[in-house]
Amino acid sequence: MSIFIDRDTRVITQGVTGKTGAFHTRLCRDYANGREAFVAGVHPQRGGEDFEGMPIYASVAEARAATGATVSVVYVPPAGAAAAIWEAVEAGIGLVVAITEGIPVRDMLMLRARMRRREAAGHPPTLLLGPNCPGLITPDEIKIGIMPGHIHRKGRIGVVSRSGTLTYEAVAQLSEIGLGQSTAVGIGGDPINGLKHIDVMRAFQDDPDTDAVIMIGEIGGPDEADCANWCREHFTKPVVGFIAGVTAPPGKRMGHAGALISGGADTAEAKLAVMEACGFAITRNPSEMARVLEKLLR
Amino acid sequence: MKIHEYQGKQLLARYGVTVPRGRLVYTAAEAVTAARTLGGSRWVVKAQIHAGGRGKGGGVKVVDTLEAVEEAAHRMLGHALGTAQTGASGQLVRRLWVEEAVGIAHEHYLAVVSDRASQTLTLIGSGHGGMEIEEVAAREPDAIVRVQVDPLDGLGDADAARLATGMGIAAERHAAARDLFRTLLACYLETDATLLEINPLVETTDGRLVALDAKFDFDANALYRQDDISALRDLDEEDPLEVAARQHDLAYIHLDGNIGCLVNGAGLAMATMDTIQLFGGRPANFLDVGGGATAAKVTEAFRIMLANPRVEAILVNIFGGIMRCDTIAEGVIAACRAVDLRLPLVVRMKGTNEEIGKRMLADSGIAIIPADSLAEAAERAVAAVAGRGATA
Repeated sequence: MSIFIDRDTRVITQGVTGKTGAFHTRLCRDYANGREAFVAGVHPQRGGEDFEGMPIYASVAEARAATGATVSVVYVPPAGAAAAIWEAVEAGIGLVVAITEGIPVRDMLMLRARMRRREAAGHPPTLLLGPNCPGLITPDEIKIGIMPGHIHRKGRIGVVSRSGTLTYEAVAQLSEIGLGQSTAVGIGGDPINGLKHIDVMRAFQDDPDTDAVIMIGEIGGPDEADCANWCREHFTKPVVGFIAGVTAPPGKRMGHAGALISGGADTAEAKLAVMEACGFAITRNPSEMARVLEKLLR
Repeated sequence: MKIHEYQGKQLLARYGVTVPRGRLVYTAAEAVTAARTLGGSRWVVKAQIHAGGRGKGGGVKVVDTLEAVEEAAHRMLGHALGTAQTGASGQLVRRLWVEEAVGIAHEHYLAVVSDRASQTLTLIGSGHGGMEIEEVAAREPDAIVRVQVDPLDGLGDADAARLATGMGIAAERHAAARDLFRTLLACYLETDATLLEINPLVETTDGRLVALDAKFDFDANALYRQDDISALRDLDEEDPLEVAARQHDLAYIHLDGNIGCLVNGAGLAMATMDTIQLFGGRPANFLDVGGGATAAKVTEAFRIMLANPRVEAILVNIFGGIMRCDTIAEGVIAACRAVDLRLPLVVRMKGTNEEIGKRMLADSGIAIIPADSLAEAAERAVAAVAGRGATA
């Protein structure tokens, strides 16, 4: 098993004809079961055309009706990205993976409010991953997003992270010492987003094929501490934790919109302390994430 | 993107929020004229820099005579103002805001932020105005009231009353406070703000609610649709290297150390800085070259790092996932030649075509210190700096 996606998942791509969307859709289709998994693209003006043999529909609703896809991946440029995600939500897509970087915070606030209201009205919930995230991958089965497929190998370790390249770092370390991954999930670096560490950890807890997890966080916000506190009561598998930004100065936004120390409880040291108190094996050396995990498993 | 207090007040005034009457001035003589024009017998002279904590640093003076206005202006203009947020060297004061003093009956704190945990707007209020809210939070957490506002529903009457009560606003002004809260929420959303803070918001002796300060931060990702806000940008207040980096689509933050770092990805960039410190060194900057690091972009990144005279070594850490290592090697070689690099350079590359990239670096004739892991790269960069110190 795995979390959220597997070889039977069917995916449509919103923004498939743009440069980024086309490039990464090609790589995703070339990975493992990608040819069967990626079933359609969406472009409002280009319905009826095709993308390298994959049909394009004018709307998500049409694409979903025609293919039965349950997942959508969004590469639409920032100004229209929130509307694209909302279109997928209204079409009843179960999981939207928003890769787009640079969506205005207000657009995400309004989108999340609409999603809450829709769910409260009794519609089945749509999970949102991202935005500004690398996506997620279940090695040797399916890759949805922009991560390099070749560094992954199939296995039983879960990875969840706010940072793209730091996720790759953890995955590559694991693969190098022979530990494969069940699913690797990049939740993205934006302050207003979908799935949080805690949501992904819940899924890893319920997944019988995940034995342990590397959880990577950053400065800014309460999410990692909230997650660690939940894990103390509910998570039964070993966790290695790393938080980037011990050297980051307060009040400066470190690249990601969400990577900004604002209070005092959201520094890297404060989060590491909470994680340690909650039973995580923490490391301050990001080169050692996989080795620390290996020791835990012995 | 931050703006000055006076710009924030002018923005609030356009939304109908009461702010003291004031004038922007660039010289002490203008300050005196401004005070005379404003009239009255008491004025506040306020240094306009983007950093907070100006009061403690001597950047806010309440004065009773025109001579004192002139003297305060002289002391501030053309001098560096150091606050808890400016760093040791302080920030040069180039403009002042001179405003009428108002009779203060009570000081409050009020802010609007986007709350990541609840994914809603949040109003934060307190009866302790004029103090750092972090200080209040640490000493007296119960004195802070938080009200979550769904942006589709707006602020309800009951929540508005709860906030006004929690802030200790007199009951006869609760209706005015509610209107103010709603106005601030509208202003926050319409301008794509990420922070709107009024500290202090005062009740005056004549019974009005007046914003004595206005601190805004705006969403950089939304400036494309906020021309009026973008026009308020004051590049004098920003680090010139950070401005140059932004023009080349690079994220750069100046730090105090001596090891320059060039990394792809914000998280990995922070992790690289952390690892340098773990091995006893100090990073000179945060620099994320992003996903599409072309030779031109890498060269620009080198130029920006080297413009910092404290840099004594450079560490390049690239996880070439989709981006190929041979492309990165090409960029690093081109950059070294373009800037005629004479400092120790440690390169750690990982990912697609790693071996080809490493061979290209080795064959380039440039003295590059290779490293396989992030830890090794940090260790070698720290050693290279120590070695330079030993031979100097």
